[in-house]
Amino acid sequence: MGAGHGRGFPVTHGHSPVHRMAAHHKLLVLVGFMLLVVATPRDWYVAFAAYAVVVLVVIRASRVPLRHIGRLMVIEVPFVLFALLMPVIATGPRTEVLGLSLSEHGLVAAFALLAKGTIGVASSLTFAVTTEPDEILRGLQRLHVPDLVVQIMGFMFRYLDLVTGDLSRMLVAMRSRGCDPRSPRHWWALASTMGALFIRTYERGERVHLAMLSRGYTGRLPR
Amino acid sequence: MSVPTLDVRGLAFAYPDGHQALFGVDLHVHPGERVALLGPNGAGKTTLVLHLNGILTGGAGSVAISGLPVEKKNLAEIRRRVGIVFQDPDDQLFLGTVRQDVAFGPANLGLKGAALDRRVMTALDQVGMADFADRPPHHLSHGQRRRVAVATVLAMEPEILVLDEPSSNLDPASRRELADILRSLDVTLLMVTHDLPYALELCPRSVVLSDGHVVADADTLAVLTDESLMAAHRLELPWGFDPRTVGSLPA
Ligand SMILES: Nc1ncnc2c1ncn2[C@@H]1O[C@H](COP(=O)(O)OP(=O)(O)OP(=O)(O)O)[C@@H](O)[C@H]1O
Ligand SMILES: [Mg+2]
Repeated sequence: MGAGHGRGFPVTHGHSPVHRMAAHHKLLVLVGFMLLVVATPRDWYVAFAAYAVVVLVVIRASRVPLRHIGRLMVIEVPFVLFALLMPVIATGPRTEVLGLSLSEHGLVAAFALLAKGTIGVASSLTFAVTTEPDEILRGLQRLHVPDLVVQIMGFMFRYLDLVTGDLSRMLVAMRSRGCDPRSPRHWWALASTMGALFIRTYERGERVHLAMLSRGYTGRLPR
Repeated sequence: MSVPTLDVRGLAFAYPDGHQALFGVDLHVHPGERVALLGPNGAGKTTLVLHLNGILTGGAGSVAISGLPVEKKNLAEIRRRVGIVFQDPDDQLFLGTVRQDVAFGPANLGLKGAALDRRVMTALDQVGMADFADRPPHHLSHGQRRRVAVATVLAMEPEILVLDEPSSNLDPASRRELADILRSLDVTLLMVTHDLPYALELCPRSVVLSDGHVVADADTLAVLTDESLMAAHRLELPWGFDPRTVGSLPA
């Protein structure tokens, strides 16, 4: 019972070169690559194709199944929806695509958002699934990221397990009472579950803080 | 008589929403005593516990630990003297490894290096968790996390150990192991519990809190066998458990 065992972020345990590379080097490469992708002019289609190939090669080298990363890519969905809207709502000269009148600017912008977003998310996920949370924290420390930021990330990793555990127990309880959280008909119930989860997490934060104060915490973690 | 380790006088407290949880509570615990704090849900037990190290303040009355009043200027020393183990170990354990978590309290007290390591390992030894020092606490079982939570507080070498429902969510074996550990510790103990057999097993003396009032303070066996008191304050023994056949604890 209790909090699950490693139910948080699905880190893969492997021995590929990608897994073995030092976390702070990986972080620097990731950030550099992202900056490059973001800075690329939106109509350099060949460059985006090249970036995509680079990401695929790295995933290949990490021996993480593409499907694993594919499943995690759902976090990009809101951006995709937004990108799909852009050609419809943007202004400027229009073209006909399949009988729809779409904005040319909008199309280019949507392409750029999708390409940059997908490449960015895929590369970050590759980093995340090949690096242990502890390693990430140590990497950040080696890069001289302020201590407070590292502390906050540490708490996040630590409690991710608990919060996702809470959520999955609440969803099980909903299902047991004949409610399918995925069906739009029950979205209101899902929404109130999220609200309850927020309150629970917030109150847990308070209790953790009290427990820390009880052991003499004064605002700085001892190192 | 000696200076009481815990001296609570006329403590009253209302939460900010106006709900009055404590009405003039008096409680004295002397060095080396093991006392159970009993009472139904909502009696104010946790509220009382949170006053013992100054997490909650502002009501009427006073609390002193070995003669030192719980006041803002003494809080650091008070929190060293009073070790509270909270009900949910997940609220208490928040660092990456068991070792770091146990070191958190003593490091806040200013311990460093070898002295800190010694404190940590002694505390983990006391609860039989030394082999788990480098494991992440959230990958331990509930019973193991409870023991580590006790160690995080023992590492501060408190004068009084306060446990909020230590036996909840433990399987019978872990429950007994924890009892063995608590009995082996040479420390004054205040234990909040709904587990009346556990109170009888560990604490020669019991205090009953009900609706913010202390309604009984006596020998645990006497409390558990006082049927009208028990019924009046929603205290019930588990089915089939008869404290008389277990007998009084050897002190
Ligand atoms: N943050 C709060 N704000 C307002 N009222 C509160 C708060 N916390 C507790 N109370 C109220 O104070 C009273 C005492 O609560 P407390 O948590 O001390 O009870 P308890 O004896 O620990 O109960 P349990 O056995 O269920 O843990 C209850 O009536 C409760 O509803
Ligand atoms: Mg309580």
